[in-house]
Amino acid sequence: MSRTDTVTYDSPDTRNLLDHTRQGVIGKPLDRPEGPLKVSGSATYSAEWKFDDCAEGVLVLATIAQGTVQRLHKQRVLDMPGVLAVLADEAMTRRSTQGTAGEAPVQGVHTVDYFAQPIALVVAETFEQARDAALALEVDYVESKSPIALDPESPDAEVEDPDNSETVEGGDLEKAMHDAAFAIDVEYRTPGHASAAMEPHATIAQWHGDRLELHGSYQMLAYNVKEIADCLSIDPEKVRIIAPYVGGGFGSKLGITHEAVAAAIAARQLKRPVRVVMSRQQVFETVMRRSETRQRVRLASDASGKLIGLGHEALVSNLPDEEFAEPVTQATEFLYGGENRLLKVEVARISRMTAGSVRAPGEAVGMQVLEAAMDELAEAVDIDPVELRKRNLPAKVPVEGTAYSSRMLVEALDQGAEAFGWDQRRPRPCQTREGDWWIGMGMASAARVNMLVPAEARVTLKADGAALVETDQTDIGTGSYAILGQIAGEMLGLPIDRVNVVLGDTSLPAGAGSGGSFGAISTGSAVMRACEAIRTTLSEALGCDTDALDLKDGTATSGDLSQSLSDLLGGNDIVETGKIEPGKTAEDFSQASYGAFFAEVAVHAFTGETRVRRMTGAFGFGRVLNAKTARSQCLGGMVWGIGSALTEELAFDLRDGHLVNHDLAEYHVPVHADVPAIEVILLEERDAAASPLQAKGVGELGICGAAGAITNAIYNACGARLRNFPMTLDKVIPHLPDPFAEVA
Amino acid sequence: MKSFTLDHATDTDSALSALRGGATTIAGGTNLVDLMKLQVETPDRLVSIRRTGLDTIVEDQDGLRVGALVTNADCAADQRVRTSWPLLAKAILAGASPQLRNRATTGGNLCQRTRCGYFYDTSQACNKREPGSGCAARDGFNRIHAVLGTSEACIATYPGDMAVAMLALDAVVLTQGPNGAREIPIAEFHRMPGEDPSRDNTLKPGELITAVRLPAPTGGVQIYRKVRDRASYAFALVSVAADVSMEGGRIARCSLAFGSLGTVPWRDRAVEELLVGETPSPALYTKAADLLLKDARGFGHNDFKIPLAARALAATLHEATQG
Ligand SMILES: Cc1cc2nc3c(=O)[nH]c(=O)nc-3n(C[C@H](O)[C@H](O)[C@H](O)COP(=O)(O)OP(=O)(O)OC[C@H]3O[C@@H](n4cnc5c(N)ncnc54)[C@H](O)[C@@H]3O)c2cc1C
Ligand code: SF4
Repeated sequence: MSRTDTVTYDSPDTRNLLDHTRQGVIGKPLDRPEGPLKVSGSATYSAEWKFDDCAEGVLVLATIAQGTVQRLHKQRVLDMPGVLAVLADEAMTRRSTQGTAGEAPVQGVHTVDYFAQPIALVVAETFEQARDAALALEVDYVESKSPIALDPESPDAEVEDPDNSETVEGGDLEKAMHDAAFAIDVEYRTPGHASAAMEPHATIAQWHGDRLELHGSYQMLAYNVKEIADCLSIDPEKVRIIAPYVGGGFGSKLGITHEAVAAAIAARQLKRPVRVVMSRQQVFETVMRRSETRQRVRLASDASGKLIGLGHEALVSNLPDEEFAEPVTQATEFLYGGENRLLKVEVARISRMTAGSVRAPGEAVGMQVLEAAMDELAEAVDIDPVELRKRNLPAKVPVEGTAYSSRMLVEALDQGAEAFGWDQRRPRPCQTREGDWWIGMGMASAARVNMLVPAEARVTLKADGAALVETDQTDIGTGSYAILGQIAGEMLGLPIDRVNVVLGDTSLPAGAGSGGSFGAISTGSAVMRACEAIRTTLSEALGCDTDALDLKDGTATSGDLSQSLSDLLGGNDIVETGKIEPGKTAEDFSQASYGAFFAEVAVHAFTGETRVRRMTGAFGFGRVLNAKTARSQCLGGMVWGIGSALTEELAFDLRDGHLVNHDLAEYHVPVHADVPAIEVILLEERDAAASPLQAKGVGELGICGAAGAITNAIYNACGARLRNFPMTLDKVIPHLPDPFAEVA
Repeated sequence: MKSFTLDHATDTDSALSALRGGATTIAGGTNLVDLMKLQVETPDRLVSIRRTGLDTIVEDQDGLRVGALVTNADCAADQRVRTSWPLLAKAILAGASPQLRNRATTGGNLCQRTRCGYFYDTSQACNKREPGSGCAARDGFNRIHAVLGTSEACIATYPGDMAVAMLALDAVVLTQGPNGAREIPIAEFHRMPGEDPSRDNTLKPGELITAVRLPAPTGGVQIYRKVRDRASYAFALVSVAADVSMEGGRIARCSLAFGSLGTVPWRDRAVEELLVGETPSPALYTKAADLLLKDARGFGHNDFKIPLAARALAATLHEATQG
């Protein structure tokens, strides 16, 4: 019998249980249990499942940005070899779903909202036939007579405050800027980003009677089930999603995407399994993008560099009616002081694919700009950039007055600086030259909000003393399998090879899903809760208080009592479902993970090419659940930071709105040669307000500010103060000193 | 992808006869297959030349003969190439990725098509893909496009690296065709777009590249400088291939070729003449760059290539002459 044991997180759990358990697996840098499958090519990803009689679908994309599809010339295509159907069902989606929507996204594919929007699906016996037919489909369009703008900064763009506006206003910023000893008022721009996950979006749909089964690539299965059910007007109970391995998502798989809905509709009509895999170009053109931003930052400080005013105003974009607005100022709210403040995000309504959550929405681009502006202030005040940060850490969140749950920013700054050798930095630009390269150092703070979300997990302690952890939580390459096993192993006193973790199937209890860095702490808390219930049962069986129960290596001990788990279980399984619900701790405390980045770059004196030579990041995010997977998350974030600083940019053609660089050859993410040695320092911290695990989110922390450190290092190297990301060489060159001049 | 037939030629003659029958050559397929997937190219007959045995490197008194089917990886690893024509090895290794270089061939590399995004996107106008449809790149996003040798019809670059080194090395492209064998100096192999950008090179219908001949080594300092947006796996924004010999502090001999600057691998003999006999100095590099770029014209996003080329040239000459 399984019970559900729910905890609503209204007050911090200060028992700090995981420091009193004795197995010693929590926090250890254990390998991911599914790692060998992945590196040997034997983990089955969504498109790789084999089903007899599977038909192949290829999406057809619009070649206009705005208007309606008047006619699809289907017949010619239906006559082509192998073609089974041409679908343009009104239940097909024309926009990607926002994360955690839990309801159908905008549907109806005969209206075109943006260039390359899906408008039809061609299904054939083979993939090649379907692709040929999809390219051959002739489409008549009527272009919109009153198109909206294609560019957020065009004068025609309609600009509005978002509904969920998180505008913060306090005091008088104008006056503070006027009174300030030092005032910085600068405008930065960041381009749109693609999520660029390795595995393209893919779904195989099949119906068993009125039940739909999807093998696909999604991040948040419990929500995705509801979204697709809503699209198809069926009961969510009748949908099952199976996604044990997901090859990255970075936000683009939070909500259901076009191929899933189209595959489900086609499979229903054809009464056979249908696979739809998006091409790399289609992924770039149709799934969620990160909005480009224009950010004005105002910093007003006294003579010592202490902030008296702080302004951060952003212009972002999205399609009309989309609620999501890149929350650029999210970390600015709580990071630094300055009571006189204005934080604001406005949205331009434009015709580009849906903007949504991509890799740390808000902080990724907000922090890199704030931290670059802070570097400008440090220079104006003439103090060390690390010292400037330290002088500006408020005791409570400005304006709101909320207390911080935990914050190891000072430790991160100090330990990071020490490990990196920050004291070797020369404060003025153009001081260090090695051959043809200018060398410079820069730093930035890291901050990312922490979120606990509802999650459920089932844990079975089997009669033989082994444990099974089950939840629909996904592992998108992050380490969910590893850390959930470690939590159960620690709580139940089992070596890690006695714990089996099964994930990614909606027939299992609903985990948090992978997004917003909340998967590990939320689903992990649910696992912990289930294990606590099992511990209670075990202590009763042993005849001791739960608090006095010691579990280690499959043996339960309390004082003189000692019994192996299998004896104690007497042939029975114990099955418990744990559930966590966010509660008052979310309002009572400002919760965030913190850190600091240090970067050394080389800028070519002739060509302006920038190469990152080394980076150090120090991070405090509560309890470290697995030192290896946490480190990898931080590393990955910093690599994305290199991309954001130097290479990544969605390039739109502003005449027709199409995306020009829609593949990995032209949309440049960092390659191995761009990534130097990166040092990651994990700080030990406990945060009882964040979760019963005393852990906070780490998934996205490594990107939140990283590009700022690189930008600041470019300035320090060669004197190019660039405010327009990415810092490609064409932008650097005009600022370079004469390459032949003697170094001062 | 459209349906197509694939035949394997076993020697040059069978390849040529297939070509006479209207087949298209496929070698490594690393460029052609991508283009076929997107239906930028839609051949209905392919002849694979991978089994023709044109995959040897032979050295004789005239220089080195690299077979058309020698892979980029093998060519760059060849000890003779590395010792006597290091420029070629360096240029090849600056391109693509190890996986691609294992597959890509000498002949295919010479014939690789532009990376202009509008050429690859069949929703866009492109005179190279569809003559007469227009050139969407000219007023579009043209960051990677050419500033030299452009025409009203097309501003696309030849994007490769290997051919730039070969141009500096005075290579000769050897072919077989319906009218027998030809020797095409590499400077005459790639063609500027003019009014007909659909033809990238001067190969005639039915003609096959069999080898590339490199003349005897010059013994000069050889440098390939590739400037790009990331450290690897990116096409050049501008590249410079240099082969320079010094005598008594003066430039005695020099050949210079530029990649991704023009619509074809670019060489300007007047620039070389200006440099020969001179003592290297920043002022001299500027003079050379001014001459090289006197007719250069940007189209907006690619304007930066003009100062970048001048800087890349200065850096390369500086490096080549200071040693
Ligand atoms: C992601 C990516 C990155 C790349 N980066 C670079 C780079 O940085 N630098 C660079 O230089 N290149 C780069 N390349 C291009 C690569 O070098 C070419 O794709 C490769 O050299 C082509 O050789 P192949 O043998 O595969 O040619 P194929 O694809 O087989 O053929 C290409 C063309 O040549 C013709 N052809 C082939 N052989 C002959 C012959 N013997 N006679 C006549 N015609 C022939 C074919 O008909 C076809 O038109 C990159 C390619 C990719 C996909
Ligand atoms: S530059 Fe040349 S290849 Fe590019 S769109 Fe214009 S015509 Fe086509």
